[in-house]
Amino acid sequence: MNYVWAFVVGGAICVVGQLLIDYTKLSPARVLTGYVVAGVILSAVGLYKPLVDLAGAGASVPLLGFGHLLAQGVQNAVDSCGLPGAFTGGLTAASGGIAASLIFGVLAAAVGKSRDQN
Amino acid sequence: MKLDPRRYDEMIGRASPPSPVVRDCAWAFCVGGAICTLGEGLRQLFLIWYDKTLAGTLTSIALIFLAALCTLPGWYQKLAAKAGAGTLVPITGFANSVVSPAIEFKAEGWITGVGAKIFGIAGPVIAYGTLASFVWGVLYWLLGKVG
Repeated sequence: MNYVWAFVVGGAICVVGQLLIDYTKLSPARVLTGYVVAGVILSAVGLYKPLVDLAGAGASVPLLGFGHLLAQGVQNAVDSCGLPGAFTGGLTAASGGIAASLIFGVLAAAVGKSRDQN
Repeated sequence: MKLDPRRYDEMIGRASPPSPVVRDCAWAFCVGGAICTLGEGLRQLFLIWYDKTLAGTLTSIALIFLAALCTLPGWYQKLAAKAGAGTLVPITGFANSVVSPAIEFKAEGWITGVGAKIFGIAGPVIAYGTLASFVWGVLYWLLGKVG
């Protein structure tokens, strides 16, 4: 059942992104940025956690989940150390994904050749 | 045969393939759903050894690694041409947006090429995501003071 919800919720979140691209001509960078900020807002108002509990990776793998991670991180850090947590919590929670992207990005550049990206 | 415009529209509707938007969305749904299902599989695997938070982080790292591998020979870009947001919106799309320019701009050097261009899309995502989380952090702190 986990997997069915992951597929359906993850797929549905991607369809929303596709509709944005088709109907508003937003560039990919804008869609990704919008998704992360929207994830922070949805998480802040308490709407995203139930979705993660239901769909697992279906909600945490799309970039909305990245925003959720930032918001949760900041909340935990404010709980444990007060206002300074507003600075440290977000990136601390998201550090694994950001570091992995940068590390694998530079390694890929080291072994890969420039090519036509299409 | 004479046809009024309305009946002609109906006939065209039956005969023509589904609109590009419907086709795009079907691709996005299936590919995006599949990537998330793969993520759920990885998460369940990591949950055997680690707690929820760490399992989530490791799932992201594993998907990012796979996306980097698929970006190297250009497979991810080929899939993205069909799947659109299905490959863009998951964390693998974020990884692709980091890895792809890193490889592409290697010719411009390691600092101003790879090092700078790597943030072309990741930069705004991280900047505005961090700013939004900071704003929420301050609000959350204030709510705690009041409540």
